[in-house]
Amino acid sequence: MKTYLPPKFIVERDPERCIECEVCINQCTFDTHYYDAEDDEVRSREGTCVGCHRCVLFCPTHALNVRTIPLDYRDNYNWRPEFIEDIIKQAETGGVLLTGMGNDKGYRIYWDHLVLNASQVTNPSIDPLREPMELTTYIGRKPDKIEVDADSSNLKTDFAPQVRIEVPVMFTAMSYGAVSLNVHESLARAATEAGTLWNTGEGGLHPKLYQYGKNTIVQVASGRFGVHPEYLDAASIVEIKIGQGAKPGIGGHLPGEKVSADVSKTRMIPQGTDALSPAPQHDIYSIEDLAQLVHALKEATNYTKPIAVKIAAVHNSAAIASGMVRAGADMIVLDGLRGSTGAAPKIIRDNVGIPIEMALASVDTRLRQEGIRNQASVVIAGGIRNSGDVAKAIALGADAVYIGTAALVALGCCLCQQCHTGKCAWGICTTDLSLTKRINPDIGARRLANLLRGWSLELKEILGGMGINALESLRGNRLHLRGIGLTDTELEILGVQMAGS
Amino acid sequence: MTKSAYRNKDKRTVKIDAYGDTHRELNAKLRDAVSNGTLRIELQNVYGQRYIGTDLDKPVEIEIFGVPGNDLGSFMDGPMIIVRGNAQDGCGNTMNNGEIIVHGHAGDIIGHSARGGKIFIREDVGYRAAIHMKEYRDKKPVLVVGGTAQDFFGEYMAGGIVILLGLNLKEGEHHKARFIGTGMHGGVIYLRGSVEDFQLGKEVGVAELDEQDRQVLQKYVGEFAAHFGYDAGEILKHKFTKLFPLYLRPYGRLYAY
Repeated sequence: MKTYLPPKFIVERDPERCIECEVCINQCTFDTHYYDAEDDEVRSREGTCVGCHRCVLFCPTHALNVRTIPLDYRDNYNWRPEFIEDIIKQAETGGVLLTGMGNDKGYRIYWDHLVLNASQVTNPSIDPLREPMELTTYIGRKPDKIEVDADSSNLKTDFAPQVRIEVPVMFTAMSYGAVSLNVHESLARAATEAGTLWNTGEGGLHPKLYQYGKNTIVQVASGRFGVHPEYLDAASIVEIKIGQGAKPGIGGHLPGEKVSADVSKTRMIPQGTDALSPAPQHDIYSIEDLAQLVHALKEATNYTKPIAVKIAAVHNSAAIASGMVRAGADMIVLDGLRGSTGAAPKIIRDNVGIPIEMALASVDTRLRQEGIRNQASVVIAGGIRNSGDVAKAIALGADAVYIGTAALVALGCCLCQQCHTGKCAWGICTTDLSLTKRINPDIGARRLANLLRGWSLELKEILGGMGINALESLRGNRLHLRGIGLTDTELEILGVQMAGS
Repeated sequence: MTKSAYRNKDKRTVKIDAYGDTHRELNAKLRDAVSNGTLRIELQNVYGQRYIGTDLDKPVEIEIFGVPGNDLGSFMDGPMIIVRGNAQDGCGNTMNNGEIIVHGHAGDIIGHSARGGKIFIREDVGYRAAIHMKEYRDKKPVLVVGGTAQDFFGEYMAGGIVILLGLNLKEGEHHKARFIGTGMHGGVIYLRGSVEDFQLGKEVGVAELDEQDRQVLQKYVGEFAAHFGYDAGEILKHKFTKLFPLYLRPYGRLYAY
């Protein structure tokens, strides 16, 4: 069938600069560049380019540029090119449209409408270069009250298991299979270096990475891939995945062609079969059932580690979160509307769920009202772009944040949204062995650790400017936030005042 | 640990009275006993405590008197649990290795996502038994049900061997489960007796037994019969139907790229 889809990108090749070295041909995984033997020339074809910039950045003479094609349809606010092209794609395939990465639609990003406070005159700001600043965060259930032995000054209260992280930023769940082993290793080593945690996602933990167990969160999801006693024992935290921001209520299908020999070893399924994660966990149809799995995992790990529960941020997250805490979760994770994915139905990614800022504010408020906020750490995910977002999230009530896309961007991701094709030219979201070696774990870990270092330094600057020297003083302290350009209802849900008030 | 070690007559039996214990207290006692090298435990007065045997990774034999609660032997890695009574939901949930033998009925999602080990249920099981069981190389979970099952039997199965014997069905009576093997993409189901096409999920095919199937049945029906005092030969005389996944990738054609 002839496709009616217009090319999305145009490749501009500067013939003056091109030395016909064919690097572009070798780097492109979408067959955009080719060698024309007849004319003895390296050329490009437009239709297949996805705009991943791999060729542009690897061209040794900077001969290439990639631009969106300015194919203008007749102006129509309702029938925008995206909708037209989606219909064409479906008319030609008859399938569910798949996509990768997070929601790219213009829903309001509340981080951009929140500003932080700083000290001026009436209280001194602190210079983090010369004074100690604490970002240390403990993940886990906190007691309702603390008792101290008067004679010895020792704590009498028994604490539930706590996991200490040095920076309130963790790497979110990305499974081996969705991303490559080299990405997993980069994340694990960077988390270890930075004193934070990375998350295996639901594809199991490769034997090579057990050594980073202390900095690992392992996931138990509906597919239960690679879940066995050593896997649970290896980790610092076990996370039950109920949902994911990019596809709330939807299961996952890792296509058989991505289930390579090594992925099959970790997932513990035969090579080449689809790894199907059912939409629900079939032992969880209620809060009571969730409590059962939480406690089964506590028993399976002999009460030595926090058990986390992750949900997608949806309309009644606050009530669900209350149930999760009461079900025994020691850490609850909210993954918002802009949370990313290796593959999700586009229609779900773009239309289901609520912004993480709203979910976080309402969950934190609800748990405080019910007097159970101390019983679980609250971690958010989905669209955190920089340390400013982190600081605002902490002020809105988060204990820590997860980053996924930001981490992948640090590794080279250009958000071309082709994760679901398995052809990632950056070698990130693929299990093709010829591509996965494009991520060198030595360099990957360095880039990720650098990112965390940069964000830590910035967070300390932000805290210092506010005149506080510990992240704990910012946590849930919404007085340090003001809103700009928000309605009264939005301000009320966020629990912040208008700038100027 | 071999079968003969399980059966060792000399092994020391520790008796534990579960009356009044929470699941946490009971499992703590089990952990203690097992870490002391106990090879056989008798649990008396069990009344619905969940997660029994969850954190045990030694080949200890645990005999349960009473009714154990949900998630019996979930995540378990090696023990043999014998239940003198019924078991409830989630028995053998995500089990890794070991054996569960239930002298009675069992509830829903028996063997959910089990990755290894064997489960024998003398009577009936509830909904979605063997859901998402999976296998990898030599790790192949086995579920044998003596009675019949409810809907979605073997749903999403990705591996393992599931045998449904229907011994308590009357002459001419059929299994009533529908959606058998829905979403199945691995493993095998053997049904004693026949089922109508409408009872099967869209992703399963029906086949006659071959020699290898017969050997598998002989082995596991033999073990079932030995546990519960049946005559395996008598059971195996009856006609069996084999259900297998039609596709390794049941949903491969669902998407547009």
